[in-house]
Amino acid sequence: MKQFIEGSKAVALAVKLARPGVISAYPITPQTHIVEELAQLIADGEMKAEFVNVESEHSAASVVLGSTATGVRSFTATSSQGFLLMIEVLFNIAGMRLPLVMTCANRAISAPLNIWNDQQDSMTARDSGWIQLYAENNQEVVDLHIQAYKIAENKEIMLPVMVCMDGFILTHGAEVVDIPDQTLVDKFLPAFELSDKLDINNPKTLGAFADPDHYTEARYAMQVANDNALKIIPQVADEFKKIFGRVSGGLIEGYRIEDAEQVIVAMGSVVGTIKDVVDELRAEGKKAGVLKIVTYRPFPAEVVYRALKDIPQIAVLEKAVSLGASGPLHIDLKSVLCGREGKISRVSGFVIGLGGRDITKNSIREVFDSLSKEEVSCKFVGLKLG
Amino acid sequence: MAKVKHDIGIAKPRSSLNNKTGSWRTEARPKFLQKNCIGCKICLLICPEGCITGEAKNTYNCDYLYCKGCGECAVICPKKDIEMVKE
Repeated sequence: MKQFIEGSKAVALAVKLARPGVISAYPITPQTHIVEELAQLIADGEMKAEFVNVESEHSAASVVLGSTATGVRSFTATSSQGFLLMIEVLFNIAGMRLPLVMTCANRAISAPLNIWNDQQDSMTARDSGWIQLYAENNQEVVDLHIQAYKIAENKEIMLPVMVCMDGFILTHGAEVVDIPDQTLVDKFLPAFELSDKLDINNPKTLGAFADPDHYTEARYAMQVANDNALKIIPQVADEFKKIFGRVSGGLIEGYRIEDAEQVIVAMGSVVGTIKDVVDELRAEGKKAGVLKIVTYRPFPAEVVYRALKDIPQIAVLEKAVSLGASGPLHIDLKSVLCGREGKISRVSGFVIGLGGRDITKNSIREVFDSLSKEEVSCKFVGLKLG
Repeated sequence: MAKVKHDIGIAKPRSSLNNKTGSWRTEARPKFLQKNCIGCKICLLICPEGCITGEAKNTYNCDYLYCKGCGECAVICPKKDIEMVKE
């Protein structure tokens, strides 16, 4: 049913539809509304789940690690500093191959203290083994959460999935969102069954000591699971389309890139703004396009290459920077495109929108304009110096 | 899909017995003298490997397949009835 609701509430309703048995989280801006709403749904008896109050994000992540390990579908959410506090446990969740789903309400990282949006927080976990999906709008946020459990729990994957949504822009933005019917979600997402679960009648240890003879193979298995995810994520999106009649999720989404000469590659809510600019530029006769990365980890290298190989001028626009190098997505893209056949002449990297600075249509036009000039690797857009 | 083991790190009870940590010993091993032992069990309890066994006085010993030679037992023994000897 279509509803005009805040993004955080939409997440809560999507999570409710996935029927998790345990939710644990600690409040942090701008994530708080998500778990606040879930706590309310449980308190009101509208949702059957256990909400575990904790004293920190480290504990929240540990609780859902434990509950998932006992075979109970679980959920948590966080942002920024809370995300960093979770990160030790996040690596463990992935290493134990527990198919948890969490939301990262993307926010900048201290210092200096900043509560507004960029994507530096989830970027710090890109090497953790978690699958990372980035949402453009709140409809996609809802759809990705429902797909996330199906991806995570696939026997060929068995990795946790993080749905990343831009803090405030999406979490606190209200728009019309189609919340799926419970019966359809139940059809799409069967009950969770974990084969290697913690069970007092069949005791075992998860995440036990692995000496140098075994550790490499455990990490290799995670890499293989990521490769499997590249095949399965599009299948899950196809199945979602069959049941819900909506194209959502998958690996990438190209917008007017077929004959484009200039394409911006980006993730998250900024893609919506870029689409508007692309439409304006097209109306002026310029061949512009945008490639949205939905699945950032595993990085869909081949489909990205195929989508971009005939585009002469490419820009990566991102809300994070690997300080001392360039934007993480820019680095990934360079490594994928380097030395490959095609018409690509430059892949420039732009850092934009850090700590909630507005990304205007004009700033995106500037990026398109500068693409015809020499290649840059880490240009900060809209710097206020002096 | 490639054939790989996805359950590394999932251990059944007693599987740690496969790790023969005795090879970690470098310089010294504990020698259970079994002369003045009062059977207080403190050595058994403090052993990080859990490789010390014994019940009555002067019956305690350790399994050198697992003893790492940390010396905790020799330090804690109230009767100085365990001594560390060169390997």
